[in-house]
Amino acid sequence: MISENAITPKLIVRDLSFHYGNDRALNNINLVIPEKKVTAFIGPSGCGKSTLLRTFNRMYELYPKQKASGEILLDGEDILSKRQNLNALRAKVGMVFQKPTPFPMSIYDNITFGVKLYENLNQHDMNDRVEWALKKAALWNEVKDKLKHSGNSLSGGQQQRLCIARAIAIKPEVLLLDEPSSALDPISTAAIEELIDELKKEFTIVIVTHNMQQAARISDITAYMYLGELIEVGNTDTIFTNPKRKETEGYITGRFG
Amino acid sequence: MPNFLRYTRSKLQNWPDVLFRGVTRLSALFVLILLAAIIGSLVMGSLPAIKTFGFHFLVSSEWDPVADQFGALTPIIGTLVTASIALLIAVPISFGISLFLTELSPRWLRRPLGIAVELLAGIPSIIYGMWGLFVFAPLFADHVEPWINDHLGTLPMIGSFFSGPPMGIGILTASIILAIMVIPFIASVMRDVFEVVPALLKESAYGLGATTWEVVWNIVVPYTKVGVAGGIMLGLGRALGETMAVTFVIGNANSLSASLLMPGNSISSALANEFNEAVGEIYTSSLIELGLILFFITFVVLALARFMLYKLAKREGKAA
Amino acid sequence: MFTLYTRRRLINWLTLGTSSLAMAFGLFWLGWILFTLLQHGLPGLSLAVFAQNTPPPGSQGGLLNAIAGSLMMTILGTLIGTPIGILAGTYLAEFGQHGWLAPVTRFINDILLSAPSIVIGLFVYEMYVVRSKHFSGWAGALALAILVIPIVIRTTENMLRLVPNSLREASAALGTPQWKTISLVTLKAARAGILTGVLLAVARISGETAPLLFTSLNNQFWNSDMNQPMANLPVVIFQFAMSPYADWQQLAWAGALLITFSVLTLNILVRVVFHQQTSTH
Repeated sequence: MISENAITPKLIVRDLSFHYGNDRALNNINLVIPEKKVTAFIGPSGCGKSTLLRTFNRMYELYPKQKASGEILLDGEDILSKRQNLNALRAKVGMVFQKPTPFPMSIYDNITFGVKLYENLNQHDMNDRVEWALKKAALWNEVKDKLKHSGNSLSGGQQQRLCIARAIAIKPEVLLLDEPSSALDPISTAAIEELIDELKKEFTIVIVTHNMQQAARISDITAYMYLGELIEVGNTDTIFTNPKRKETEGYITGRFG
Repeated sequence: MPNFLRYTRSKLQNWPDVLFRGVTRLSALFVLILLAAIIGSLVMGSLPAIKTFGFHFLVSSEWDPVADQFGALTPIIGTLVTASIALLIAVPISFGISLFLTELSPRWLRRPLGIAVELLAGIPSIIYGMWGLFVFAPLFADHVEPWINDHLGTLPMIGSFFSGPPMGIGILTASIILAIMVIPFIASVMRDVFEVVPALLKESAYGLGATTWEVVWNIVVPYTKVGVAGGIMLGLGRALGETMAVTFVIGNANSLSASLLMPGNSISSALANEFNEAVGEIYTSSLIELGLILFFITFVVLALARFMLYKLAKREGKAA
Repeated sequence: MFTLYTRRRLINWLTLGTSSLAMAFGLFWLGWILFTLLQHGLPGLSLAVFAQNTPPPGSQGGLLNAIAGSLMMTILGTLIGTPIGILAGTYLAEFGQHGWLAPVTRFINDILLSAPSIVIGLFVYEMYVVRSKHFSGWAGALALAILVIPIVIRTTENMLRLVPNSLREASAALGTPQWKTISLVTLKAARAGILTGVLLAVARISGETAPLLFTSLNNQFWNSDMNQPMANLPVVIFQFAMSPYADWQQLAWAGALLITFSVLTLNILVRVVFHQQTSTH
C-alpha cells in the first residue's frame, strides 16, 4: 500500500484499534506516515480520521474510557507504550485544532508558553525564537509591532496562524492539523494552505480535512477512511485520479459530482 | 454535551500535578468538614439544653430566663409564620416580575430592569430592617392596621388573627418586610429558570396564534415547574434564616398570640437580641439549640430547593 | 369565535398588566428605600463621620472606627475565603467528574450558599470565641470568610465550565503539565468571571450584620488589634438605630447610606464593567 517512492517513514501505525467505551472507532489500522511530507486523512464525518490523528499525540488520554491498542512507532519507538512520557511525546508531536485556541495572554506569551516548558532561554534567544516562529507561520509582519497585545485581539485567520506558530516554536518533528481551516474564511484558508506547503520542508505534517479539494491541493499522500477502516492510501494524485477501490472512487466522485 | 476533562490519578504525569490535585481536593473536602463542624459545634453547644428539657423544648412556649425555663415554640412558630406569610405575598409578585423580565419587557429595558432587581437583592438586610422600623411601621400603624382591625378583625373565625393594637411592629409587619426582601431573590431565580425554556418551543406555540399569557401558562410554566418550585423553596430558605430584616420590626416578645398584629419573635431575632446578654449555661445553650433548630429547618428546605433545581437542569441537559 | 377571541385577548391583557404592575411594585420599593436613605442619611453625612470615632450618647462623633473595622474584617475575610473557594471550585470543575466527593461537595456548597448567616456567627462563637475567651476582629473575619467560600466556589466552577475544552486540549498538546494548564491557561481564561464572583462576595459580606454580632461584637473606641473586639458598620448601625438617642440614630442613617451605596456601587460596577469584558471576547 505504501507508495513506491523512496521515503523515510516517520510514523508507522500497526494494527491500531481504538475504543470509546465499548464502541470501536478504529479497526486495525496499518499505515506509514512519511517524513517531511503532507499526509491528509479524508472521509465522511464520523469515519475516525480525527480519532486517528488524536492517537498520534495521545490526546485521547484526557478523557475517560478512551483506549487505543496496537502500535504507533515514532522513529521506531512505540508511543502507545506505558513508559512513554506524554509531555515528551507532545513536545515532539505538535497539534493545531479546528478552531483557533489562543491562550488568554499576549501574542508574545502565547509563543513562549510552550518554549518555557522545555527550554531555558535568555531574553535575547527567546525574542529570536518568537520571531522565528512567527515568521515561519507568516504572521510576523502583521504582529511585530503589537506582540504585547492579547492573542484574542487578532482576526480568526491570524489566531490560527498564531496557534501554528505556538506549535512550531517548541520545534516539534511532527505537526498534526485537525481541520485547521474549517472555521476560517477563504482568504485565511489560502494563507494557511500556503503555509503548510512551506512548513513541510521542516516538519512531517498530518492533516485531517473534510474538504477534498484542500487535500488534493496540499497533500502528498492521501488516506481515505470509512467507518473506522482505512480503505485506501496512496499518492494524492493517484487517489484522486485513479483510485483502486470502488468506495474511494464513490466518495471522491460523489463530492466532485 | 458537557463532556469535561477528567484527570484520573494514573494520567497525572508528575508530582506537581499530584500535589495540585491534592490541594484542590482538600479544599473541596473542607466544605464538607465545615458543614460537619457547624452541625457538631451546634449540637455540642446545645447538649446542656437538650439534656435539661429534652423534647419538651420543642413544644413549650415558656421562655423565662429568671427561672431558667426555656421552650422554643414561640420563636419556631414566629419563624414559620413570618416566612410563610412572606412567601404568600412574594411568590405571585416575583412571578409577575420574572414574567415581565423574560416575556414582556422591551429588549433594551431587560438589562437595566434585571440589574435593578438584583440591586434590590443586594441591599443589606439591615437596611430593610431599619427602613421597616422607621418608615414602614409608622405608616402601617396609622393607615393600614386600623383598617385591618375594622374590616378583617370583625370577621368570624379568622377575626382573631387580625385584631390587636395598631403598633406598627409585629408578626405581620415582619412578614411584609421579609416579603419585600425575598421578592428579588425569587424573581431572579424564576427569571433564570424561565430562560431555560427553548425558544423553539415558545415560537411553536406563538406560531399557533397563542397569546403571550397562553404561552407562559401552557408552555413555560409546565416546562419549568420543578425549577419554579425550587426557586420558591430557595426564597423560603432565605426568609426562614433572615435575621436583621425581622429583628427590627417583629417586636421581640416571647409570647404566643393568635393575632398577627401582635409582637412576636423568630429564632434568628431571639438569637440576635438575647445571645450576647444571656447568662448561665442553660440560657446560652437553649439559644444555641434554637440555632440548631433553625439550621435544621433551613437545611431541609434548601436541600429540597436544590434537589428541584438540579432536576430541572438535568432534564434540560437531556433535551439539549 | 369572536367572543372566544375577545376573552383570550382580555385574559392576556389582564395578566400582562398585572405582571407589569408587579414589576413596578418591585421598583417602587427600591426607589422608596433609596429615597429614605438619602433623605435621612445625607443630613448626617459630614466630615466628622469619617474623622471621629463612635461617640457616647449625647455627644458628637463619627463612624471612623466602625468604617475601619468593617474594611479590615471584610478584606481579611475575603483574603481567607477566596483561595479556598477558588481551589475547591477548581476541583469541582476540573477534577470532579467522577467519585462521590464532587457531587456531594457541590450539593452541600449550594446549601451553605444560602444558610442563615446568624448560624455561621454562632458556629464561630462556639469554635473560636469560646476557646479564645474573647470577641475579636479575627473571629469576625473568620465568620465572613465562611460566607465568602461558597460564593467563590460556585462562581469559580461555573466560570471554569465556560472555558472551552479546546483550550485545555491546546495546552495539553504542547505537553503542558495539568497544574500549569489549569493555573496558567484555564483559570486565567476565567479570571474576569471569578473576579466578579469575589467582588459580589465582598458586596455580600460588607452588609452582613448577623454573623458579626457574636464574633467581632463592637468597640466604641479606635482599635486596629484584630485580637480585640472590633467596631464595624453593620453592628454599629444596628445598635445605634435601636437606641433611643437622636444623634445615634442620625449616625445610624449616615452609616446605612454609606454601606448601601458602597454595596450597590460595587454591584453595578461588577455588572457593567465585567459584562462588557466578558461579552467582547
